[in-house]
Parts: sequence; C-alpha cells; structure tokens
Amino acid sequence: MASTETFYEVMRRQGISRRSFLKYCSLTAAALGLAPSYAGRIAEAMETKPRTPVLWLHGLECTCCTESFIRSAHPLVQDVVLSMISLDYDDTLMAAAGHQAEAILEEIRERYRGNYILAVEGNPPLAQDGMSCIIGGRPFLDQLQEVAADCKAVIAWGSCASWGCVQAARPNPTRATPVHEVIRDKPVIKVPGCPPIAEVMTGVITYMLAFDRLPPLDRQGRPLMFYGQRIHDKCYRRPHFDAGQFVESWDDEGARKGYCLYKMGCKGPTTYNACSTVRWNDGVSFPIQSGHGCIGCSERDFWDKDSFYEHVTDTHVFGIEANADRVGLAAAGTVGAAIGAHAVASALHRTKQRDQAQHEEREE
Amino acid sequence: MTVKTPNGYSLDDSGRRVVVDPVTRIEGHMRCEVNLDDDNVIRNAVSTGTMWRGLEVILRGRDPRDAWAFTERICGVCTGTHALTSVRAVEDALGIAIPENANSIRNIMQLTLQVHDHLVHFYHLHALDWVDVVSALDADPRETSRLAQSISAWPLSSPGYFRDVQNRVKRFVESGQLGPFMNGYWGNPAYKLPPEANLLALTHYLEALDFQKEIVKIHTVYGGKNPHPNWLVGGVPCAINVDGTGAVGAVNMERLNLISSIIDRTIEFIDQVYVPDLIAIAGFYKDWTYGGGLSSQAVLSYGDIPEHANDDSAENQLLPRGAIINGRFDEIHDVDLRDPDEIQEFVDHAWFSYPDESRGLHPWDGITEPNFTLGPNTKGTRTRIEQIDERAKYSWIKAPRWRGHAMEVGPLARWTIGYAKGIPEFKEPVDKLLTDLGLPFDALFSTLGRTAARGLEASWAAHKLRHFQDKLMAAIAAGDTTTANVERWEPSTWPKRAKGVGTSEAPRGALGHWVVIDSGKIENYQAVVPTTWNGSPRDPAGNIGAFEAALLNTPVARADEPLEILRTLHSFDPCLACSTHVMGPGGEELTRVKVR
Repeated sequence: MASTETFYEVMRRQGISRRSFLKYCSLTAAALGLAPSYAGRIAEAMETKPRTPVLWLHGLECTCCTESFIRSAHPLVQDVVLSMISLDYDDTLMAAAGHQAEAILEEIRERYRGNYILAVEGNPPLAQDGMSCIIGGRPFLDQLQEVAADCKAVIAWGSCASWGCVQAARPNPTRATPVHEVIRDKPVIKVPGCPPIAEVMTGVITYMLAFDRLPPLDRQGRPLMFYGQRIHDKCYRRPHFDAGQFVESWDDEGARKGYCLYKMGCKGPTTYNACSTVRWNDGVSFPIQSGHGCIGCSERDFWDKDSFYEHVTDTHVFGIEANADRVGLAAAGTVGAAIGAHAVASALHRTKQRDQAQHEEREE
Repeated sequence: MTVKTPNGYSLDDSGRRVVVDPVTRIEGHMRCEVNLDDDNVIRNAVSTGTMWRGLEVILRGRDPRDAWAFTERICGVCTGTHALTSVRAVEDALGIAIPENANSIRNIMQLTLQVHDHLVHFYHLHALDWVDVVSALDADPRETSRLAQSISAWPLSSPGYFRDVQNRVKRFVESGQLGPFMNGYWGNPAYKLPPEANLLALTHYLEALDFQKEIVKIHTVYGGKNPHPNWLVGGVPCAINVDGTGAVGAVNMERLNLISSIIDRTIEFIDQVYVPDLIAIAGFYKDWTYGGGLSSQAVLSYGDIPEHANDDSAENQLLPRGAIINGRFDEIHDVDLRDPDEIQEFVDHAWFSYPDESRGLHPWDGITEPNFTLGPNTKGTRTRIEQIDERAKYSWIKAPRWRGHAMEVGPLARWTIGYAKGIPEFKEPVDKLLTDLGLPFDALFSTLGRTAARGLEASWAAHKLRHFQDKLMAAIAAGDTTTANVERWEPSTWPKRAKGVGTSEAPRGALGHWVVIDSGKIENYQAVVPTTWNGSPRDPAGNIGAFEAALLNTPVARADEPLEILRTLHSFDPCLACSTHVMGPGGEELTRVKVR
C-alpha cells in the first residue's frame, strides 16, 4: 500500500512554505474566534492526517447536489478532490463501475474504520421493499446502512437527504425517507437546500477537515454558520419590505425597481439559509436578486406548504412607507423571538457534543 | 437461444452473463447485463432502470404555476429543461402567450444548459472511457505541448504547464489515495491514446472542471441560481431595467455585460478546447466503429429553440423536428404530440401495470401503477438480484414508441435529422468533421458519432447564445423591456378544464410534458423523457430500445472490465432520474394522504 499523504504535505507540495502554513493555521484559528493555542492543534492535525476518505452515496435524488458541489469557486472543486479529501466513492464521478465500484466501499470500510465521512445525496425509499432504488441488485437502504456502520459522521447533502424533498412530497409514493430516520447511531449533519449552495457544501466539509470536529448545529441538525439566520434577515431588498414597497405583479414597476417580493410569495421570511449573504455561483446572484421569490427549498416539507406564489401568513404585511417606524419595530420583534428560540435550541444541542462544549468554555 | 427482434436485431442469451451494477458516471441509477459469446462479443443486452420516484402523482392537485419547480427536480444535471417544458405545457393549456424577450431569455437558459451539460458530459462523465489517466503519467510534456499547439490556439499549452499538471497528478497517485480514479480500468487494451494525448485530455478534464462553473452563471443572472434556476409561467421572473431608478435591482447593463463576457469565453472554450480534443481523441479510435444501434434506423426529435415567441411550427425551431424510421433518411415524418396513435408507452417489461399490457397508451390517457415483480428465471432473490429475467418485467423505465417504433433521441438524432433536412448549419460541420477524420458518412452511426454530434452541438449552442443575447440587446435598444405576460396569471381567468403539451430538446433528447388542468389544479401530469426513449426495455412485440441495440455485437477486451459497455452507454449520457419518475392516474391508489 502506498503511503497516504497528509493535508500538510499536500500544501507543501503546492509550494506553500512551513512558515506560510503555520500562518494559515493561526489566521484560520483567529477567523473562527479560537484561542491562539488552537493554531498549533490545527497545524498538528494537518501534518499528521491522511486525506479523509469521503464515500458519497446516491439514493433517490436528481444529482443537483453533486452538480452544485462541482460549482464551488472557493475552494475550487478540483482542489477539494485532489488535495483536501479523498473522494473514493461517488457514482457520478468515479471511474470504476459495477463490482469494481462496490469493492471500494468494502476496502474503505475496512481500512478506515471509524475515520471516513459518509456523504449522502438523496434518500432511501422504504416502499416496494426498498426496491424503487436498487444498487448492485439490492435496496439502496442496505448499502446506506452498511456504509454508515463504520463511518465517523454522516453529511446529509441537500433537502432529499435532510428532509425527503420532492419525492417525499405528498403522497410520497415510494416512502422516501430522510437519512436521519434510518441512521440513528451516528452524527448526521444536515446541509439542506435544493441544492445547497456550492460554497456552503465545501465550507462544511473543509470545516470538518480543518478543525477535526463537527460544526455546531442547530436543533434540526443544520450548521449554524450557514443556516442560523433567515434569508429575509439579510436580504438586500429588506429595506423595501420595511418601507412597504412591494412587487405587486410580475414585471411591474416595482419588479423593475427591485422592490420586495413578499407579496409574490417569497418564502425568505421563513427560510433559514445563506442565499442572501453567500449568494449563488461565486456570489453572482440569488433567487430574489433575479426577480423570483425564494421558494424555501432548504426548509422541511417546503413542497407541501401551499403554492410558491401564496404569501406566507405568519409574517405581518405592512402597507405603506409612512408606517416604516412601526414596521421596523414589529419586524425586529418577530426576528428577535425567532432567533431567541433558535439559540436556545442550539445551545441544548451543543451540550451533547464534547468538542463543542470545550469550545464554549474557551469562549467564556 | 437466438431470437430475432422485429426491429432487426439478433439476441442470443446462451453465453456468459456479465452484470454491471451500478453503472456509474451517469445521472441516477442503472444496471446493465450482457451475454458474451466465446469471442467476448456482446450477443444480448439488458438495460434496467433501477430507481423510481413517482413525481407525477405528487403533482396531482397542485397549482399548475408551481409545476415547473417540481418537474425541474426530476433532474439536477439537465437542470431547467424540465422547468422550461413544464411552463410551455401549462401555457399551451391556458393559452398564454409570452413576450419576445422571455423567449430570448428562455432560449439563452436552454442553450446554456446544452453547452454546460455537453461539456461536463464529455470531460467528466465520458472521457475516462477513452482516456487512461495512469498512462498520462508516462507522457513527455513537450510532446503534449506539441500536440496541443498543433490542434488549437488555446494559450494554456506550454511544456511547463503540462509538466505541472502531470506532477500534480503524479503526487496524487503516489499518495495512495486515488479518489475518483480508484479501481479504474487503467491499462485496459481498449484504451488507444498515446501518453501525450492522455495527458492533454486529463489536463483539460481539470480545466473544464474549473470552467464549467462559469457557464452556469448565465442561469444565475436570469434565474437566480444554478442548479435549479427559477422560471415563471407567462415569461421569465427577471425584470429588465437598464436606465431607470432601481436598475441595480433588475437585469441592468452590468448584468448584460456579465452574460456577454461569459458567452464569449464559452465560445472560446468550446471551440478551442472541447472540439479540438474531441477530434484528436476520435482520430485514435477511428477503428472502433461499434455502438450505432438504432441511430441509423429510427431517430426522433421534437425540435426546440424557437426563433420567435409563440410559434410552435417546425419551421420556427432552430433545432430540427422530425422522425426517421426504417433507415429512410429521404423521408422525414412530422411529429404530432397530441395524436393518440403516435407516442405511446408500453409496460409489459416495466415494473408497472396496465389493465391490458399488450397495448400502449398515449400520455394524456396514461395509466401507471407500480408493480415490482421479477420473472421466474431471475437469479437471486427479490431484494438481492444476481441476474435479471428480461423475459418478464425488468426495469423502472417504461417503453415509449413512436408509431410502434423504438426510437433513439439525443444530439445524434437531432444532427441526423438536421443533416437529412439539408440544413447547412448541421450538414456542413458534420461533413467537415468526417472529412477531417477521413471517415465515411456511415461512421456517424456509432458510439463515437454520438459523442461527436454532442461536441458539434455544444459549439452550435454556444454560438446561438450569442445570437439570442444580441437579439435581446436589440429589443432593449428598441425600447422593449417586457419579460412577463400576467393577463392570465390569476386562476380566475383560466378555463375550467384545459389540456396542454410542452416540448423541448433536452441535452439528452426529446422531452415532452402533458398536463390536464381542472378547476385551477393539475388533474394529470405526464412526462416522457429522453432516457425513457433511449433506455427503454422491450415492448410486447419484442423490439429492443436504443441502449440495448447499441451494445450488441461489440467485442469486449476483458470480460471482467466493462470498459466498452460503459463507453457506449455513456455516449447516450443516460439520465435515470429523468426516465424513471413516471407515474400516472393509477397512482392514486397509493395515496395515503389526501391531496388538496
């Protein structure tokens, strides 16, 4: 067996000096608000670890998550695949097929027991004996549970793996079931969205590699760093919402002026995601910026929450600009309550995770 | 036992059976089984769609204006094409005309998908069937540089550049962690490229991986994100405002410039990297003439890229419409998607039930009910299939037929029809390619021909992007900034009952959606998609589909390494999530939750 290469070795051969490498570790620690001593731990981990194997399985899905992943601009996906992780199984990209492909799963399970990441795109169907998703002649569910048995952690890519998504929309004819309902003994990190933003996907995975721990999650299992706030909270059209300036009809004067899309059904006020901050495809735009309301694709069961063009009923509508002060106060109250509940739930979840508890002590 | 199929193929299942499951580097899940004779030549081929999601039953009872978002999620690889087809079907049903600018922007979205999808297919899904990654490590970078400069003006071509890439890949391989290249078929005698060509292709595999993410930014500007941009019944959601207050909140001059620059770079990349690589690689595989299958006999295209809005005539479609059967290229048939006798789907070999499975049904009358059963000659068990029984039901894909014929769809079908119609922009590039390679016309009907047609189409689509972006600019200059027609946005303006059909040419071929709307809600929704045509199982008459036909009579160098099987299947760019979602009115029996 050829020797495995560490993250540090990878960086060195890409021309990065040891000095720069250590500086990178310090900056990374600082950027995340960690104590200086963390830089040493990051450096040590990077110097001694082989690239973490990632086994990326596909269930019932549409492959939009893989397509999104390869759009990552920072880091570039070729750097992720060649230098950061070892993407040993991904049926969309891998050279091998058939039994040569299946043999890889066996080999990685054996060689990296407890040390590989299972990434899941899509979900297992339970109806038809699980045979509406067949891999290697067997139900996908079997493959999923076998590979999960020896993994370190599970990343549930996208809304299919996280919540069920479109095939689980009413009446869910295949009984498509989210990953956390069939894998109960491993940490499951949900990265929802249809698909998730590319840089959010690579951001989550590189976080896990760089800091050797799971990102802090909210009560529903989503990384706080990307799913901690609603699209509405950071939307650049928010001032128009507060001022009561709305698009009333497609392609009207308001649409051309970039007014708020709330009345056109925008789900930004109820959707937790990073679209209005990270934006899409290297920051080029996001749905609201391009004139269509958010359809809430990172939220659980978003397909079954009425038409995408019905406006959400749990956010108050404010008519005219003259009410701006009152609007601002009321809106702040709503947001505050939502964030408060979110924070409490997140804190409860965090106490269960040793690494994160240490992190909190340091912060305090 | 040897069987002759009505569409002219001999099937012999007596030889050694080889199973490939999963077939990788495709969208979705698929299994393939073949029988090899004593000379390792494929004499029987069985293609099985191994996933089913039931999207159409999910659509029942929903707002037709939402259908684009559901159907878009049929596939994230050909993202957007189902959404486009869906809004067309709904607009057809409700009699909604769209503005000319919306037509231009939709065409730009669809062409962007064509270019992106073809590029990613060639380098990231298909190339490893032709390119030996490990052999690239033996290349002399100076030779690669010489080769690169002899075929293209692409500036990234110095010996040092190729040496850097080679070193990077070498270290990657030496790390012992081969990632996606693990357990590949490296060293298989079916690989024919010399090391320097392998290094060139591998280098462009990485360059294309970086570049593909740029192309889709066109979707991001007009649709807000990619994959899965946003669409709108009646037009497009992005408003145009180039000179008024709030222009920064809409498609403005900066956005138009961004699109324009991406189009220029896309044309450059396709014409200076993709197409020259395709020709260079093809030059080493001229002797590998297998995989033609149905392409020389029966091909179908619905046509797409309407020059003008709201004109469904064949003459208005820049991608040609038509059907060719029985190998008669001198006779191009019209295609009518509303005629109940033309397009029909059969299920006697698919995991669905009909009351009478000897008959096919038009999508508007379609019945679908899942029925996962295996034939008596299956080896293994119901949940551990070792060998499938193709005499019984054996796939989650239905068998669509056009006037009873199994048809091939996709770039080769479109280009063949365009060629047969004598349209210069299809005929001339094909003739030039064949002349450059020194190949006869018949060479087009092969795995390589299918791959080549896709490359020519990528170039065609890239240049058409420029055409429609210029058209949009001209309209704006003339004062037309309209992007949506909202006259019939409100359901109160709709007829009580309406039927519609929408079509497009997806990257993988002819795509149709059929919708029935009743009292403002979807009563029935049916989609017949490209891989349903190409990946179709057998029909009651015994006709085999395009995948199975294309695999027949291909010699395999090493029986335990399915390189040639992958090569031919990949040339169709299979999309299984698309092909196997179908579920119709019968599905309500599964409904446990009442659909609103």
